[in-house]
Amino acid sequence: MKTATKHSSRREFLKTSSGVALFIGVSGILPQLVSCKKTDKVRAQLAKHELTAWVRITEEGEITIYNPAAEMGQGSMTSLPVLFAEEMDADWSKVKVEFSPQEVEIYGSEGWAPGSKLMFTVGSRTTKSNYPVMRKAGAQARHVLMYSAAKHWNVPISELTTANSNVIHEPTHRELSYGALVPFLKMPDILPDFTEDQYKNPKDYKLVGKRIPRTEIPVKVNGTAQFAIDIRLPNMVYGVLERGNLHGSQPTLNNQTEILALEGVLKVIPFDYAIGITATTLEAALNAKKRLKIDWSESQATGYNSQEIYHDYEKIADSKKNGKIITEQGDVKKAMRTAAKTYRTDFKNDYVYHAQMEPLNAVIQVSAYFNSAEVWVGSQQGTDTKLGVPKLLNIAPENVNVHLQYLGGGFGRRSMNDFVEECALLAKEMAPRPVKLIWTREDDVTHGAFRPLTLQRLTASTDKDGAITGLSHFVIGDGGNLVASGIKNHHYNIPNQWAEWRETSHGVRLKHWRSVGHGTNKFAIECLLDEIAMDQGADPIELRRKLMVKSPRALATLEKATEISDWNGPEKAGRAKGVAFAEHGSLGTGVCEISVDQKTGKIKVHRFWVALDAGVIVQPDNVKAQMEGGLIMGMSSVLKEQITIVDGRVQQSNFDDYQLLRMEDIPESIETALIPSTSIPEGVGETATPLVACAIANAFLRLTGKPLRHLPFTPERVLAVLNG
Amino acid sequence: MPLFTLNINNKEHRIDVAKGTSLLWVLREHLGLTGTKYSCGIAQCGACTVHIDNAPMKACVLPIDSFADGQRITTIEGLSEKGDHPVQKAWIEAQAPQCGYCQSGQIMQAVALLEENPNPTREEIKEYMNGILCRCGTYLRIVKAIELAAENKTPIT
Repeated sequence: MKTATKHSSRREFLKTSSGVALFIGVSGILPQLVSCKKTDKVRAQLAKHELTAWVRITEEGEITIYNPAAEMGQGSMTSLPVLFAEEMDADWSKVKVEFSPQEVEIYGSEGWAPGSKLMFTVGSRTTKSNYPVMRKAGAQARHVLMYSAAKHWNVPISELTTANSNVIHEPTHRELSYGALVPFLKMPDILPDFTEDQYKNPKDYKLVGKRIPRTEIPVKVNGTAQFAIDIRLPNMVYGVLERGNLHGSQPTLNNQTEILALEGVLKVIPFDYAIGITATTLEAALNAKKRLKIDWSESQATGYNSQEIYHDYEKIADSKKNGKIITEQGDVKKAMRTAAKTYRTDFKNDYVYHAQMEPLNAVIQVSAYFNSAEVWVGSQQGTDTKLGVPKLLNIAPENVNVHLQYLGGGFGRRSMNDFVEECALLAKEMAPRPVKLIWTREDDVTHGAFRPLTLQRLTASTDKDGAITGLSHFVIGDGGNLVASGIKNHHYNIPNQWAEWRETSHGVRLKHWRSVGHGTNKFAIECLLDEIAMDQGADPIELRRKLMVKSPRALATLEKATEISDWNGPEKAGRAKGVAFAEHGSLGTGVCEISVDQKTGKIKVHRFWVALDAGVIVQPDNVKAQMEGGLIMGMSSVLKEQITIVDGRVQQSNFDDYQLLRMEDIPESIETALIPSTSIPEGVGETATPLVACAIANAFLRLTGKPLRHLPFTPERVLAVLNG
Repeated sequence: MPLFTLNINNKEHRIDVAKGTSLLWVLREHLGLTGTKYSCGIAQCGACTVHIDNAPMKACVLPIDSFADGQRITTIEGLSEKGDHPVQKAWIEAQAPQCGYCQSGQIMQAVALLEENPNPTREEIKEYMNGILCRCGTYLRIVKAIELAAENKTPIT
């Protein structure tokens, strides 16, 4: 039976191995070196700061590096250890990677507030936020090894160098491997901080910027990669919940006696918004779930029809009443008053759903005395690394052990820990038996937390020379930053800018969805630019070139994308190219080439090009994979995906009525050009996705002369635009 | 509960489960063969693709009582002993997976394709693989991996 006992097996390892745990802690924890032969000291150290190590070295030279971030396919199990190993000068072939314990004081990286600490795999922050942490810890590990060799050989540390897991003393031609140094390791009194010039010279990099195969791919092709849904424990029971499809509705169960009499059913556990069932087998739990007879109350969402709400949103956009002001630069009103020409356009987007392939699930075991809990979960972590369990179950945080597993997709959905809390409540009822909670796909869709529906009203002004002098952008929708992120234009030289969010509320559950508001705001901004370009008879690249005059890094991506896409080259009949720019940490310009079936309205994307400036590129092939994945997820959402609400009820329930992009619709190629840079790494996971809607719409505009202004671009909508 | 006998990865398994239980739950929750994944439960996504007598099938919609004596079930765990089936090696070479959750199903479908058609065209690959969803958008690398594994391409080193 497969169980996730990495945690205890690490302890076992420490007790029996001849290696050492190198405790290079941060946040006030003193550096410690404990020989694993001295088991009492190991235990004492573990009792104080359980597993605070960033790295462990055995006498055989095997090196284990701990990854503090979630791995959801973005490559953290490689990129972060690569940064550490590079500065440590470790032999990569001897490196193993494990998830670190979920202890934010030890393994956290700086959060949004200066000096704060977070273990939170969101906002494409993994590489950027952990870059200083991993480099420093790796360099400190190397320093400890060199210090120990200097003491052992009685030579000045300044005469030592390192290479490929060896410390070298060139004057005497002596050399010791890191593993061989283990018995002689000593901890210096002070571990130095490092300035940029003390880190390895990038020209000497052996790992950073090279094609290093991802460490976790072998287990993902042989079926042994462990996701939380794969956990099986002795005496484990299964939990399911029926939540209905009207968010905020409260259930009344009418056949509890009948349900409890079903074979295998253990308990019926009511929630405010759901009925929970535990059973001895998953099939028994699912069978009972189907037989529930529930009356659902009305909720805030009752009466809400998503496809009819846009008329109300237009009225809100027409209103003189301001919302929350996000950008106020120059004098937009004056720019409009004095403009040679103004442009006003509304853009719309329907709800979309995360559709991560692994439905939400967790396994939790609460102890018989309700004073500790073990949690196995695929989570993007959180501001509380114990995922709300301590507060919910009134258990001290140090007694809640979170065993992070691989995530079968995150995309923002797994930064919301509603499913963990549900499982904790079931596990409390069933203690000390562990509970595996599984959401069915239907649960995952109908009780989803969607990217919000919005209407965006953009107004732009141009002067007599056609230069854009003002841009006003209202976004109307629910969710604050969920709809407002990405509304700012840092890289366009438009002197007068105004952006505001006008709030609505419908009681529909909402959440960050890959690239968040960027996906819809960039769609509106970039499409408006092309509508202006078309009106002026200008080339869309040339128009952006002028706007990027004060942003050389953005401009460089534009120029590179122009080059690799052969923008100025001849176009095949029936095809056109479209361009878009987006920033989400990293800066990207995308170009796509499309055609349209005039009979069916189906858009075909033939090719996509991206030029990206993401600062230092740690893993180039993986960055390309993120571009490919981000673009294809973007194409899926832009061309196919749509959640609709009728009388408050979610109308879709599975992949038959919520269509994702399939193999038949992939482009022929995606080409990525990476701009060389020595700036600190920026996130790459969410820069590609927002390029897609606007690049496709802009190509469509150039191909047909008609604008697409409502996401998704389903064939029916495209036909209506073509025939309109 | 009735007792069923299944041949999985060349091994006989006797399983005591309710009639109508899907092969997917039997594999994952009763036998611990968790490489085969649950994602939709209605044969729309292909994450649960296994081979029944070499043909790719979706385990989520196969009730355990539908199997005939002697039928052979192969899962990702039975594809190779060391994860070194040519298709698996090609998958690593192409660095195909991202989150990895759909990849067992992708690989099982691809193995069936290449057994049926050792030199598929790109269009044939796309058509045959169309039933297996990937949310991370790894499709282009999956195509590349299948082309690498196909006989007419450079052998994998």
